[in-house]
Amino acid sequence: MVGKVRKKLVGKGGGRVDGRKPNDLRPIKIEIGLLQRADGSAYIEQGKNKILAAVYGPREVYPRHASLHNKALIRCYYRMASFSTEERKSPAPSRREVEISQVIKDALEPVIFSEFYPRSMIEIFVEVLQADGGTRCAGITAASLALANAGVPMRDLVASCAAGKVDSQLVLDPNDVEDKEGEADLPVAFAPQMGVVTLLQMDGLLSKDEFDQAFKLAVDGCKQINTLQKEALRGKYLAVGAAGGPGQGEKGG
Amino acid sequence: MGDSSEVISNIERKRILELLSRGKRLDGRGVRDYREIRVERGVVEKAAGSALVSVGETKVIVGVKVEVGEPYSDRPESGALIVNAELTPLASPSFEPGPPDEYSVELARVVDRGLRESKAIDLEKFCLIPGKKVLVVFVDIYVLDQCGNLFDASLLASVSALMSSRVAEYVVGKGGEVEAKSKYVPLPFSSYPVSVTMARIGGDFVVDPSLDEEMVADARITVTTDKDGNVCALQKGGAGVFSVDEVLEAIDVAIEKSEELRRDILGV
Repeated sequence: MVGKVRKKLVGKGGGRVDGRKPNDLRPIKIEIGLLQRADGSAYIEQGKNKILAAVYGPREVYPRHASLHNKALIRCYYRMASFSTEERKSPAPSRREVEISQVIKDALEPVIFSEFYPRSMIEIFVEVLQADGGTRCAGITAASLALANAGVPMRDLVASCAAGKVDSQLVLDPNDVEDKEGEADLPVAFAPQMGVVTLLQMDGLLSKDEFDQAFKLAVDGCKQINTLQKEALRGKYLAVGAAGGPGQGEKGG
Repeated sequence: MGDSSEVISNIERKRILELLSRGKRLDGRGVRDYREIRVERGVVEKAAGSALVSVGETKVIVGVKVEVGEPYSDRPESGALIVNAELTPLASPSFEPGPPDEYSVELARVVDRGLRESKAIDLEKFCLIPGKKVLVVFVDIYVLDQCGNLFDASLLASVSALMSSRVAEYVVGKGGEVEAKSKYVPLPFSSYPVSVTMARIGGDFVVDPSLDEEMVADARITVTTDKDGNVCALQKGGAGVFSVDEVLEAIDVAIEKSEELRRDILGV
């Protein structure tokens, strides 16, 4: 930003570029089980983020030597569609996508009873159709629901949300501009029943006090998102129950 | 099709063949009926144009991006069109992550030929500096749910996305620098190519094969026509064969069905 005066992203009253208050999440819309072929699927819109997650498995491991004798192998692929960003992204996976795939896997594995399925694998696919900051978090939120929709036994759901620092103000759920222009970004994933943090990353600069506050803010955001996750799941299965049992596409079990 | 890891039980296979011998299909359609088609345009605001198309349970999303790039050396005064298809592993248990395989390359190329040969996009208008700078139109196809007939769903989604595309106006400065203005105009699009895919199952033809029908089929034929009823692309797939009369029949069916699709689905 050298030599260029940028517009303030947080106003005096704490108003943000998209009209939110510092502690507000973006509007979230969740849909579950919308894909026919996948064992489980979920779609999330969080602000302008549009993300589809699908789960396949437990199924046979390829290559076979990758299989684990005591638990299921969990694989995760986070990918961004080439039209998901302002500039077209090459469809080949970037280093960033490879790393995010890994941290999403690590964020979800703790809640999966993977020991129930030795010598098999569970694959999690996260496809970002439109990106607007915080895609790894929204991806985890959706992937966790796709796992539940696939009927994978889980200890808990995982909800994920970031906190950030923009114009010296701590904010919840930063969007793309706030993330890029801001001073810090702190994505967190949280399993509320277990009370554990399953993803923690940060880039930027925060004082100890700021970190404490931002961390609390992010965990609180995760709890709010978890409420939405549970509502979405309940809505899905109440609808299935009302229709008199599992309908088409209900292959979980 | 070409998807050897998909499986179908013998009893289902037999049932499909038996029904078809009486002119019926497993899902109750007539042999020349499409499944329900839905088109949602403008689903990805960051793309120049986009569309989510479902044909039955098959779902395909297409995003269009337009960027400044270099022309092909054999067409120095023309913009470029690049069509790419990704069979995302979300879409089918048999799709694996990795670089595009033969099937996704075939899908992209069949869609590409439909768009290119029908001159659907007026690429001549996309030349900025002859031989140096032109606009490149990227059509990226992402298959989200593979339940049969990806060819027709992908072209419908591509055409719908292109029809909804807005492109910035570019000006070339004296020094040859290219600048995008803040004004957006519709992408110059016409001829509306539409493909109709038929599967040959035993001695019969079915339009818009579902996944189970694709697995039973011996061969498929995809016929792409433009709005004037000209044939602009053809693709035979699968190990089966067609007689000369069957090919001619397929083209007649395709011209008739594509008119319906253009009218009812694309609204042109």
